[in-house]
Amino acid sequence: MTKLVIDNQEIEVEEGTSILQACEQLGIKIPRFCYHDKLSVAGNCRMCLVEVENMAKPVASCVQPCSEGMVVHTNTSNVKNARDSVMELLLINHPLDCPVCDQGGECDLQDYAYEYRNKGSRYNFAKRQMPNKDLGPLIKTDMNRCIACTRCIRFMDEICGVPSLGGLYRGEKLDIGTYVSKVLTSELSGNLIDVCPVGALTNKPAAGTYRPWELRKTISVDVFDAVGSNICIDTRDNEIIRVTPIRNDGVNEEWISDKARFAIDGLKKNRIDAPYVDKVQADWSEAFNQISEKLGKTSPERIAVIAGNMVDCESMFAMKMLMSAMKCCNLDCCQDGSVYDISARNNYIFNAGIAGIDEADAIILIGTNPRKEAPVLNARIRKRLLKGDCSIALIGEEADLGYPYTHLGNTPQAITSLMGVEGDFAYILSRVDKPMFILGAGVMARDDGAAVHQNAKILAHRYGAVRTDWNGFNVLQNVSSRVGGLDIGFVPPEGTGYGVHGVYEGKADVLWLVGADELDFDRIRKANPNVFIIYQGHIGSAGAENADVVMPAAAYTEKDAIYVNTEGRPQTAFQAVFPPGMAKPDWSIIREFSELYGCKLPFDSLAELRALMFSQVPVFIIEEHTHQEIMTSYSSYLNDSTMSNAPFKPAIDNFYMTDTISRNSDTMKKCTEQILGLSSKTYSEGA
Amino acid sequence: MTFQFTPENMKEAKAIIAKYPKGRQLSALIPLLDLAQRQNGNWLSEEAMNYAADMLQVPRIRAYEAATFYTMFNLKPVGKHLLQVCTSIPCGMCGAAQVLKTCKDRLGINAGETTKDGLFSIVEVECLGACIHAPVVAINDDYNEKLSSKKMTAIIDKLEKEC
Repeated sequence: MTKLVIDNQEIEVEEGTSILQACEQLGIKIPRFCYHDKLSVAGNCRMCLVEVENMAKPVASCVQPCSEGMVVHTNTSNVKNARDSVMELLLINHPLDCPVCDQGGECDLQDYAYEYRNKGSRYNFAKRQMPNKDLGPLIKTDMNRCIACTRCIRFMDEICGVPSLGGLYRGEKLDIGTYVSKVLTSELSGNLIDVCPVGALTNKPAAGTYRPWELRKTISVDVFDAVGSNICIDTRDNEIIRVTPIRNDGVNEEWISDKARFAIDGLKKNRIDAPYVDKVQADWSEAFNQISEKLGKTSPERIAVIAGNMVDCESMFAMKMLMSAMKCCNLDCCQDGSVYDISARNNYIFNAGIAGIDEADAIILIGTNPRKEAPVLNARIRKRLLKGDCSIALIGEEADLGYPYTHLGNTPQAITSLMGVEGDFAYILSRVDKPMFILGAGVMARDDGAAVHQNAKILAHRYGAVRTDWNGFNVLQNVSSRVGGLDIGFVPPEGTGYGVHGVYEGKADVLWLVGADELDFDRIRKANPNVFIIYQGHIGSAGAENADVVMPAAAYTEKDAIYVNTEGRPQTAFQAVFPPGMAKPDWSIIREFSELYGCKLPFDSLAELRALMFSQVPVFIIEEHTHQEIMTSYSSYLNDSTMSNAPFKPAIDNFYMTDTISRNSDTMKKCTEQILGLSSKTYSEGA
Repeated sequence: MTFQFTPENMKEAKAIIAKYPKGRQLSALIPLLDLAQRQNGNWLSEEAMNYAADMLQVPRIRAYEAATFYTMFNLKPVGKHLLQVCTSIPCGMCGAAQVLKTCKDRLGINAGETTKDGLFSIVEVECLGACIHAPVVAINDDYNEKLSSKKMTAIIDKLEKEC
């Protein structure tokens, strides 16, 4: 510990703390441009100058470590003068285009310019002119505004692992760019908008459509993957303008994926805004009558319900109640056909927690490509690797994950061979304290998914990854509704019901889809040509096209809802805008229908529904949540644990188009075409 | 157009890389770029930069950054004889402007340009570190010191004759 005095206040800090960090601990605000607490320290903007007694010149507080007995002043006239000069220098080439700049109103440079050197410029010469760059469909550049803080270079290098930006040329001509013109290929590139302290890198799809002070902010949760990144939905009137991350060090730190940020334009067209019966627009009572007539004529074992990938917990819970009232148990929340043992929660969640990655000292990825399935979590793995003393291995299809790893094979056989003591990685695993096994959710959709799951669990036990103080066996889910659905028990009970597989065998005469689009409808129709499909959802896609009755539902931005992320953390999203037309939240559609059908569900509001849900699924109580689930039971639920020889296949093919919203988004189409070089038509059809 | 080290240069490159510990290959970037520039007719093509970066397994952008930062790396083809005229203060006080003008007049090009026959290029450079014998013009790797208009013309004549 080091003792020092800052502005006459004594403080004790840990060794290696910079003066700037010590000031932050005291609540003293130090202006900064290049310093960012999630990136390495560059110390090149000089805005954070402070005065230290017995030092000849002002020092940059972000790079200067605290030392014993140091006396620091942050508010003397010397400091003010030094920062004034830095500000004057930075503003020499900065254009005066704040009124037309998207960053205006939330710009660090603008804010500090009020505080420092607010007396106009002494510079009477021509300003530097920089050509703008084409960094792809997501980031708009205005290089004249760049103050060369190099945050973007460090972000691409350190967080994304896609080092494509650099500082070219020198001095006044310093140019941030790619040299050879190319688009940014990172799934996290949108965060450059937040990282850039000025208006040099801004949101391209939202360019020129808003001023920050007009926006109303709503706290929400990202549903495009299972990480559950905390987001802020910025709206004006009833329109979503943009999505920005909210800092949550337990989940997403400060980042969100490009899909979470930019796919929102998919919610603005092709919306289902009214019920449809046989492809003809109808009203709610007609739709409900049609459904109840059909359900009344069908025996419960011929009815099946499938929940989609973005369905909230309340809706699934209400649906399960409705179905149990109707004595139907054919529920499934796994459209991809995966089957989980839900007797213990640790069979399907990320047991160590996302923050647990920071503690792991060896990470084995099995059948997953976290860069596509959970980009934010992948950045966390990379961060762990950069910290040192961590080895990463992959069993699965080789891909560029943004960091080096040992490839152990592409088939489940690699798991078996890792069980032995032979081999370099087995040796590493046997020596580390906290090994972490990450099993991709895509594995569970395989025919031998349960066997691979079982063997991965045995492997985790074999290397002591499961014990009372550490659970290193993790399942990385890739859709946001999965953990919540499994917690609720939205799966067919063993022996008595059937799920997606039964539907494909033609067992269902009535199929009720709650936002489920990723199904093979040709196969369903082939297995049972008379199947009656009910679809409730928000975008006209495969599900709605194949349905006999379509009901308009609210999207995730249009309702209050609870989502559970891959580590089992329940989080609440709030309503940002109103649903279009006649659309309603899924749970309220189900509640209304239940009354009409004569089996009224015992709740009248979302609060009552939640109270009921919390009493039956206590893990959803948000205040009581702890992410550390320790595996106590070790059930061997499988008789047949033979793994096939088939290679692992990637669960996600095209990161930018994985669901109805992103397939409907023009921005995501552009990303598919320009970044991946693929034809977006292949993906926009649906599964 | 692909770039590849000649066997001799490859040997040299390996010797350069061996000077630095594992994980610090980036340190060998500038010597490798220099080697590549010498082999590539005194300029660095995109391929040559990519080749050096790939050889060290560092991101290509790091090579572009280094090559654009140092003015000694030429990013465009230059003439066979690159006249690097120092115009910093000591040389300037001893008549560098006159020397530069002589070069320009004699060859009919401006600083930063190359003659049509591809023999000569002129660049203005900062201090070459030989102020004691100012004014100085470095032609490729050789320093020509204590120059005057007359001497400069003679040097260019000589070089022209040799070709």
